[in-house]
Amino acid sequence: MSGGHASSLAPGQRHNGDADPRRRFVGARVTRLEDPPLVRGQGTYVGNLGFPNQLHMRVVRSPVAHGVLRSIDTSAAREHPGCRGVWTGQDVADIPPITFRPTSVQGLEPYRQYILARDRVRYIGEPVAVVFAADPYVAEDIADLVTMDIEALPVLLSADAPPGEFAPGHSTEAGVLRKQFGDVDAAFREAHEVVEVDVRVGRHSGVPMEPRGALARHDHSRDVIELYGAGKRPHAHRDAVAALLGRSPVGMHFYEGHIGGGFGVRGEIYPEDVLVCLAALRLGRPVKWIEDRRENLLACNHSREQHHVVRAALDRDARILAIDAKLWHDQGAYIRTHGARVPDMAMGTLIGGYHVPAYRAVGHIRLTNKTPAATYRSPGRFESTYACERLMDAVAERFGLSPIEVRRRNLIRRDQYPYPRPMEILDHPVELDSGDFPRLLDRTLEHLRWDDLQAEIARRRDAGECVGVGMGFFMEKSGLGPVDGAKVNVDTRGKVQVVTGSSSIGQGVETVMAQICADALGVDYADVKVIHGRTDMIDYGIGAHASRATVMTGGATRMAALNVRRKALEFAAAHMIEAPIEVLDIVDGKVVRTDRPGEPGIPLGRVAAALAPSPEVVAFGIPGLTAEGWFETAGLTHPYGIHTAVVKVDPDTGGVTVERFHVAYDIGCAINPMLVEGQIVGGVAQGLGGALLEEFVYDERGEPLSVTFADYLMPTAREMPPVEVLLTEDAPSPNNALGMKGAGEAGITGVGAAIAAAIDDAIGKPGAIRELPVTPQRLRAILAGRPAGA
Amino acid sequence: MKPPPFRYHDPDSVEEAIGLLGRLENARLLAGGQSLMPMLNMRFVLPDHLIDLARVEALRGVRLEADRARIGAMTVQRDLERDAALAERLPLVAEALRWVGHRQTRNRGTLGGSLCHLDPAAELPAVCAVLDAVVRVRGPGGERQLAFADFPLGYMTPAIEPDEMLVGVELPLWPRGHGHGFAEFARRHGDYAIALAAVQLALDASGRIARAAVAIGGVGPAPVRVQAAERALLGEAPTDAVLAAAAAACREVEAMDDVQVPGTYRRQLAGVMARRALADAVARASAQGT
Repeated sequence: MSGGHASSLAPGQRHNGDADPRRRFVGARVTRLEDPPLVRGQGTYVGNLGFPNQLHMRVVRSPVAHGVLRSIDTSAAREHPGCRGVWTGQDVADIPPITFRPTSVQGLEPYRQYILARDRVRYIGEPVAVVFAADPYVAEDIADLVTMDIEALPVLLSADAPPGEFAPGHSTEAGVLRKQFGDVDAAFREAHEVVEVDVRVGRHSGVPMEPRGALARHDHSRDVIELYGAGKRPHAHRDAVAALLGRSPVGMHFYEGHIGGGFGVRGEIYPEDVLVCLAALRLGRPVKWIEDRRENLLACNHSREQHHVVRAALDRDARILAIDAKLWHDQGAYIRTHGARVPDMAMGTLIGGYHVPAYRAVGHIRLTNKTPAATYRSPGRFESTYACERLMDAVAERFGLSPIEVRRRNLIRRDQYPYPRPMEILDHPVELDSGDFPRLLDRTLEHLRWDDLQAEIARRRDAGECVGVGMGFFMEKSGLGPVDGAKVNVDTRGKVQVVTGSSSIGQGVETVMAQICADALGVDYADVKVIHGRTDMIDYGIGAHASRATVMTGGATRMAALNVRRKALEFAAAHMIEAPIEVLDIVDGKVVRTDRPGEPGIPLGRVAAALAPSPEVVAFGIPGLTAEGWFETAGLTHPYGIHTAVVKVDPDTGGVTVERFHVAYDIGCAINPMLVEGQIVGGVAQGLGGALLEEFVYDERGEPLSVTFADYLMPTAREMPPVEVLLTEDAPSPNNALGMKGAGEAGITGVGAAIAAAIDDAIGKPGAIRELPVTPQRLRAILAGRPAGA
Repeated sequence: MKPPPFRYHDPDSVEEAIGLLGRLENARLLAGGQSLMPMLNMRFVLPDHLIDLARVEALRGVRLEADRARIGAMTVQRDLERDAALAERLPLVAEALRWVGHRQTRNRGTLGGSLCHLDPAAELPAVCAVLDAVVRVRGPGGERQLAFADFPLGYMTPAIEPDEMLVGVELPLWPRGHGHGFAEFARRHGDYAIALAAVQLALDASGRIARAAVAIGGVGPAPVRVQAAERALLGEAPTDAVLAAAAAACREVEAMDDVQVPGTYRRQLAGVMARRALADAVARASAQGT
């Protein structure tokens, strides 16, 4: 990955003036604690794991996009000498369809997916049967012997085409979402100007380097089903899979190992996760399933495909009076994993960081005969930010103003925060907690040396080059509550263990929690071991998704560490040092007297040893140098940012080269700026994929054409521009003590918007880019003034 | 993505390999494996036998003679790319090879493997077309030679019988001081081309084009020489108008049409790539003089 990461947060330097003197690790660019096993090849990816006597599962998938499943012939498969089992839908008829995360939207249950298809198939890649064998090669041989008789039905491939029939009595329009505040119709009646855009985002998704995998075994001695390889939300999914199998949650545990990328798609409940658990239970042997890349591109959640028609009503000064949005969300074949959450978030965040007095959004959730869709890093926001920013650019064009000036006139001012919006996102009321977007814009322009950049572009244009610059402003959401907990304990050697219900998807959660714990407790972060992704070590957990972990689990870790600290000081004051607690502190892992600086302290390990169970200790409190902590928060935190892209277009080919990418992001408080920058650069890479390269293309029969890396084009190091990151802390969140906001999605949210604007600018055709990804043939068609594909 | 069962053979000699080819039913040659292995893993090909040529040393190497370069079919692409003597006489080869996949795949992929796989968008078949390569094919009855122009029978179909194998390629040398050009457009570097152009030019003492070869790849079912373009160039001074006329002729080649890339776009790109390759070839030929 290329990149000169110019961060404004130099090591040890912080922006907000109220620096906590105890901060030694929070805010520091300390190295990742989780890396040693990864760089030594000692990772515990599910593909590396195995149990004696295990079977391998292979999924037989529908080759037809829509049809009636008349029969499945498994006889040849069963006759194969290596066959240890074949199941079709009839064999798992007792398992209910897979649950999804609910919202207040009702009526989606009929659209759920069974773990194996029953009477109809609805997308190519839908699991129809599974086979089991002792060897994964043999399992694939046997899978090839399963044949099926499918009577093809008409396919529906477009979410904005007239709805069809999902099943008798159920339209492919699964639901319609509505959000509204203010008098939208009056605003449009009184508007000086009305500007409309009609824009689309293509179907693409998170594509982790490590495909999905699951390894389940039934430990008969404890009657526990263990599932290895799950990540993201171990507790919630443990409970959900247990319910599908009719088991008690205590009879099931999830163990997260290392994960080669999550991005929202990995770690959800898919048919295969349920099938391996069921197979381990029924076959009495451990069962392993590792998907191959074709399956990954065919059967793991897709995302993003939306069509937006958005109108703005404006006064004579180009100030927004109202926004009216309609969107069509292509959900694919089933309502799976996330229910209505993606379109809900798209509608809830579409108006970004702008002051919008009246807003209405209508979202159609439409099913099509394509792979089911759900969340991918910055779900709904990548799409809605793109739509909103295309709209703002169109407003600028209509009024003859610069895109920057239009934003200045409409961004929420610092003094307007906390800024409530009378609507809900994911059933939570919206209140933007803190922000200073105009200041971030000023800092961005300064950091970019905007005037120099414009002069340089003008000079290059005069020399015949086709170059341009574009921006995407975005308001993120992170730190979804309401509550998370953590346990901290110190052992007799002074080592600290933090047990969380969080997950590590590679983002650095172990390091960040260790940093927070270290400062709160008074120890070195390298002495802190962080546990995550184990349902058998903590009763509750929120996992890792939606940029929640640092805010929520970090908040809980801090509370638990402060509780341990208080316990250590109280016990030491009462039983080990005869001194008032007010003069005691914990520094470098030792309890010290602040009034006697030269005196050696008592190591925390000795305090922990002294807290071993004894009548004296029990009289003091709970034995052990251990405590829980709980963090609760009322609202979301809202980080915000500005993406700026400089692109060069080759007008002869339609090729686009991204020369420079700049991300300005206000995170409130960066626990580890180095890790935040890493999150951002990775997000930019994925955003560029969605803006320029990645697209799941289907032919007219619903055959997916992008099922290898030769057809589904991910950006590589060759396509990555240098990414500059300007990380600021101007608007700490008032919702937690450290002022933290989330970092996971900052790099991707505005990329589509910025790239579209930059290409518009380069080719001198405002509003020309209406569809992502901007493929060379689409751009050539725009340049030639004809519809794409002509 | 696990291959179906097959028997693996690793002969040491061409004779042994041809013997196996004649004896075994449904056998495939493995010549680097950068296309065949993914195809096996995807179960697009289902051979009963795989004959790996990696140990056949006699098929490796580049030998430069007075008027031609003789290249073994199993010469690894990266070795070909780094052959200094060949680069001096036919610099087009090394330049085109930098567009073939990635360094990692070029360390395994071979010249013969690429030619026999005959992907329409691959670089090396287009290079052989523009250089009037002669391919040497051996079977149970001995060796035969054929012009590369006669090698592709159609889409990914080389003129090789099931009991034959490609053993080598001869590339006739061009006079010193000739110019070459190679231009390609792909979505990402290292991907198969949507369109590519390979050009060889030689100028006479008066600066007119004495000899021209233009090939287009990626557009039709196999790389093609564009004779109309070559006619437009021959005997002319390399002015912008002449080069533009030659490039325009390249837009007339037969084009494949698919959902992702319409044929009109491929043809238009063929013209653009030809124009760029021609400009480079002229600049190099002029710079070097004859």
